[in-house]
Amino acid sequence: MTTAPRDPGSEGDTAARQAVMALCAEASRADLEAALSGLDAPAAADLRPPETGLVMASGRIGGDGRPFNVGEVSVTRAAIRLADGPAGFAYHLGRDRAKARLAAILDALWQDPGRRARVEAALEPAARRLAASRDQAARRTAATRVDFLTLARGED
Amino acid sequence: MYVAVKGGEAAIDNAHRLLAEARRGDQAVPELSVAQIREQMALLVDRVMTEGSLYDPDLAALALKQARGDVVEAVFLVRAYRTTLPRFGASAPVDTGAMAVERRISATFKDLPGGQVLGPTFDYTHRLVDFALAADTVSEPAAEAEPRADAGTCPRVTDLLAQDGLIEPSPRDDGTPVGDLTREPVDYPADRALRLQALARGDEGFVLGLAYSTQRGYGRTHPFVGEIRVGTVAVEFVPEELGFAVPLGRVRLTECQMVNQFKGSGAAPPQFTRGYGLSFGQSERKAMAMALVDRALRAEELGEPVASPAQDQEFVLAHCDSLQATGFVEHLKLPHYVDFQAELELVRRLRAEFERKSDAVEMQEAAE
Repeated sequence: MTTAPRDPGSEGDTAARQAVMALCAEASRADLEAALSGLDAPAAADLRPPETGLVMASGRIGGDGRPFNVGEVSVTRAAIRLADGPAGFAYHLGRDRAKARLAAILDALWQDPGRRARVEAALEPAARRLAASRDQAARRTAATRVDFLTLARGED
Repeated sequence: MYVAVKGGEAAIDNAHRLLAEARRGDQAVPELSVAQIREQMALLVDRVMTEGSLYDPDLAALALKQARGDVVEAVFLVRAYRTTLPRFGASAPVDTGAMAVERRISATFKDLPGGQVLGPTFDYTHRLVDFALAADTVSEPAAEAEPRADAGTCPRVTDLLAQDGLIEPSPRDDGTPVGDLTREPVDYPADRALRLQALARGDEGFVLGLAYSTQRGYGRTHPFVGEIRVGTVAVEFVPEELGFAVPLGRVRLTECQMVNQFKGSGAAPPQFTRGYGLSFGQSERKAMAMALVDRALRAEELGEPVASPAQDQEFVLAHCDSLQATGFVEHLKLPHYVDFQAELELVRRLRAEFERKSDAVEMQEAAE
C-alpha cells in the first residue's frame, strides 16, 4: 500500500485528527456504530483487511530515563478507502476487527473538510459518556485522599 | 536425552474430554463468562497479562477460564497466542508522569503535590473473611469527592528529590536501541533495560521471594517506597503509513519507585539510589518486588559486593520466567522409559560388580 502522505494538512489538523482517533480508540463498538449510522457514509473498500497484531509497549527506567520493553499489547488495525476518495486508518488496543474498521471509516470521513463537523457531532455522545466516566472515576479516587499525620512520640 | 514415545491416542483424547468436563465443574452451577472473570477476578487477570507479557484483559480472562484458574497454564496460553500474531512495531515510551491516577501513595513524604489517594486497596482491611460475599449482595456505591485542584498534576516523588540532587537521576535516554529478549536470547551481562523486561514478565512468586531475600540480608538495599502509582496511561504508536503518533487507547499500569540506600565517594556527594518497577494492571506486589530486585541487580554498577542470589543477574534472569521454569520441571513427568531403562541397566551392572567384589572380600576374609 502507498506510504505517501495523502493529505499533508497542518500540524493543527494532525492534532485534531489524533484527538478523534483517541476518542474512537476509547469508545465502544456500539458508540462507533451509533456515530456512523447517522452519517450515510459512502461504501468503504478495505485497503488492508482488519488485522490483529502486537505492539511492544515500552516504559522508561525510573519513569523518565532510558526506555525498556514492558510487554506487548494486542492491537487491531484497519485501513479503508471510501468510494469517493479519502483513505482512513485505525489502530486500536484489543482484538475487535469490526470496531477498528468502523473507526477507519470515521477517520476517512473526518478528513473530508465538508464532513468533519458532522463526524465530530456524531461522536459527541461517546465523548460525553467517556468524559462523565472519567470524571466519576476522578471523584471516587478523590474520596480516598489520605492525609497521614505523624504522631509526636512524647519522649520528654 | 529424551526419546519420544508413541501410542496412547485414544487415552489422550479421552483425557482431554474429561478435562473439558472437569473444567466446567458441576453443571448445576452456572458457567462463568469471560466478562465475569475479567471484571471480578481482575487482579488475577492483571497477573496473567503481566507474566504473559501481553496486555489484553479479555484474552487473559479467557486463558484463565481455559486453564481452570491455573496462572502458569494461563500464561502459557497467552504466550502461545502471541506467537501467532505479527508484530506491528514498538510504542513510544509511555509517560507515567501523565497517568490518570487511581491510586498513589508514598511512604517517604506525607505531603505531596497532587496528594496521596488510596484508591481500591486491600491495605488497612482487617483480612476477615466476609461471609456476606457468599450471598449475592449489592455493595454500597463508592463515595465521591471533589478532586483537589492539583490532582491532575502528580510529579513523581523522585523528581522532587532530584531537584535538590539528593537522588541519582534516571539513566539518560541516549537513543541506543533497546534490547528485546523476545527477539534475541539474553547475553550476559545484560543491561538494565533487558533486566527490567525480564523482571516485568517474571513469575511474581519468584521475584517476590528474591525481593524478600534482600530485605532479610542477602544483598541489603535499605529500601523505602518513594511512590507507588496505579492508573491508566495513553499508548501511542507511529505507523509507517501515517508518520504521526496514533493513540491506541489506554492501559492500566502500576509503577513503583523505590528509594534506596545512599552512596557517595570522594568525588560524588552522597545521594539516594533507586530501583524501578512497572507492571500491567494493578499489580502492586509485583511492581514493588521488581523494583527491589532491579536495585539489587545494580550491585556491581554501584560498587557493592555481589554475594547474594538477588544480585546475581544470570541466576535471576535465567530462572525468573515461570513458563521456562515450568517447561523444564514439568517435562519430567513425560515418559522417560528409554532414559530410565538405560539407568536401570547401569545400576544393575554396578550392583552386580559390587556384589562380586564383596563376595571376593568375604571369601578372602574367611580364608585368612
